[in-house]
Amino acid sequence: MEKFNLEFDSPPSPVGVRSTLCGVVSSGNLEVLVEAGEPSHVCRVEVNTSAVGFRDIWQAVLADFAASHAAGGLSLAINDAGATPAVVGLRLAQAFETSTGGPT
Amino acid sequence: MTLRRVSYFEASARARVAGLMDPGSVLEWCPPQQRHSSPHLALLDAPVAFDDGVMVGSARLDGMPLLFAAQEGRFNGGAVGEVHGAKICGLLRRALRERPRAVLLLVDSGGVRLHEANAGLIAISEIMRGVLAAQAAGIPVIALIGGSCGAFGGMGIVSRLCDALIMSEEGRLGLSGPEVIETVQGVEEFDSRDRALVWRVTGGKLRRALGEASDLVGDDVGAFRAATLAALARPSEVRDLERLLANQQALETRRQHFAEARDGLEIWRACGFAEPEAVPMLAVDDFNRQLAAGQAGGSI
Amino acid sequence: MSDAGLFDRLFGAGAHQVRVDGQFVHGEAQLAGRQLAVIGTWNSAAIDGDLALAVAGAVLAVVGADAASGTAPRPIVFIADTSGQQLSRHEELLGINGTFAHLARCVDLARRHGHPLLTLVHGEAVSGGFLAFGLLADRVCALADAQVRVMDLRAMARVTKIDFERLQALAAASPVFAPGAANYWRMGAVDELWAARDDWAHCLTAALSAAASASAQDGRAALGETRGGRSLAAPIAALVDDA
Repeated sequence: MEKFNLEFDSPPSPVGVRSTLCGVVSSGNLEVLVEAGEPSHVCRVEVNTSAVGFRDIWQAVLADFAASHAAGGLSLAINDAGATPAVVGLRLAQAFETSTGGPT
Repeated sequence: MTLRRVSYFEASARARVAGLMDPGSVLEWCPPQQRHSSPHLALLDAPVAFDDGVMVGSARLDGMPLLFAAQEGRFNGGAVGEVHGAKICGLLRRALRERPRAVLLLVDSGGVRLHEANAGLIAISEIMRGVLAAQAAGIPVIALIGGSCGAFGGMGIVSRLCDALIMSEEGRLGLSGPEVIETVQGVEEFDSRDRALVWRVTGGKLRRALGEASDLVGDDVGAFRAATLAALARPSEVRDLERLLANQQALETRRQHFAEARDGLEIWRACGFAEPEAVPMLAVDDFNRQLAAGQAGGSI
Repeated sequence: MSDAGLFDRLFGAGAHQVRVDGQFVHGEAQLAGRQLAVIGTWNSAAIDGDLALAVAGAVLAVVGADAASGTAPRPIVFIADTSGQQLSRHEELLGINGTFAHLARCVDLARRHGHPLLTLVHGEAVSGGFLAFGLLADRVCALADAQVRVMDLRAMARVTKIDFERLQALAAASPVFAPGAANYWRMGAVDELWAARDDWAHCLTAALSAAASASAQDGRAALGETRGGRSLAAPIAALVDDA
């Protein structure tokens, strides 16, 4: 397992974030726990992944997410069991929509 | 109420709970936000989950207060470890105090989690005592089985302790999984890759025919909900000495009757299905109708 | 150990009428002036439906006899020696899990009728065979060298895909997955360990009185916490119970 914390600038998220859990930790999949954090223009991410040595790819996928969503003030915690970047991106988008009141 | 069919098999544990219970009624204890993950998995460098693979809480079903535990079969095969098991044990203990209308166990588990095997085995024994204690206090416990891991190992025993056992055809129930039997006894004994055979030996239609499952439903969260409500409307069983002696007799008779049986086809034939080979293809409603008709002449 | 050897040491030579039929143990014994029922499995039995029903039937017979005669419910001594459940397609087809559940319910009925329940693990106690009756007693005693486990470490290494050497090293530090009666003691599932040199009749007499005064509540998680082998089970259950 490899653990690291990353931070990204991101526009402030909508008010009234609901803490939610998205996804399941199974082979090739991950869970994303969304909680309210601070400061309001920073998205903090804690990654715990079984795939060692892919920090750069996480950095890229998460930067893309933070740039394309108003995720400032969100704190994300991820348990990953070897998901591909595409699956990670999809799960992040789902988690964001669910926690910010979008379609579930 | 939406009429859209939601596959129970495909749904996550959390989605099953959301679909079964009255909207807005679900309250969870030790939720993922509290991060009660397994330290034992972490020590072995294996991925952990924030809820350790089980969601426990309270909810309402058609207004009735219930407690529930929902195992996530896709996380480590829904296997029971120390934290996972303790959440279910705590729930059953709470039931004694809170006296809900029932406790629902959404079982989706291969049994003991080997990474923390001793803790898992003991936890299952504690769950067994917890179920027995809840029942002795007059609180029915209902098992729902329709996930990818079915109910095996100790959770197969726990499921059969329940007052009602609701299964889908896709659900499976047993003690030793086919893979374990094949590994130890050889492929001639049980070919675990023969999916049709596996379902004829462990699947919902076989378990319903034997009377081990109380209800067989389609793979639909709404059907599980309806069957749970129907089960709650039935009077709960008295389990005194006389009743257990009758159960003992019935189990002995079954073993004599099927002394050589190794395939569900033999059970279905004995249950009055004229074409046992066609049973796997039968729609659930047709199966239930034919089973009732076949058993009108006496049960096995 | 031969059957006569074990039972003579437990009850004293000539003070028992315990028989071993195949792998089924049953009979009566006398200890400290009390009549005991002895029921269990033998010779590392792989428990199938027939054996589980034999044990269940014996439990029901004891409960029924004492209820009918109105005498004080006799203590039941379970002798657990099992390598686990019988692995077979036939047993799975007929619902061996349901038969084990029936056995567990019979054990629970005996408890509710007031029979003190004690288990002695003297050979091995493995997985489903142990769950079905032995683990459910009010008091579980094990000989210190008894094998108590879910699976041996080599098989576990295969299934979990973790190196055997690594598991061995971790097993030395943690009671959580390593086989052995002492680990189950630390985790609260075995109440007491008996050494070879102990006076087993004396141990059994004391353990039976502990079984007779055992709480109706399941105290194993709390015991495991006190003994340091299972530190999370009790507090997590309490969190759910008290939330």
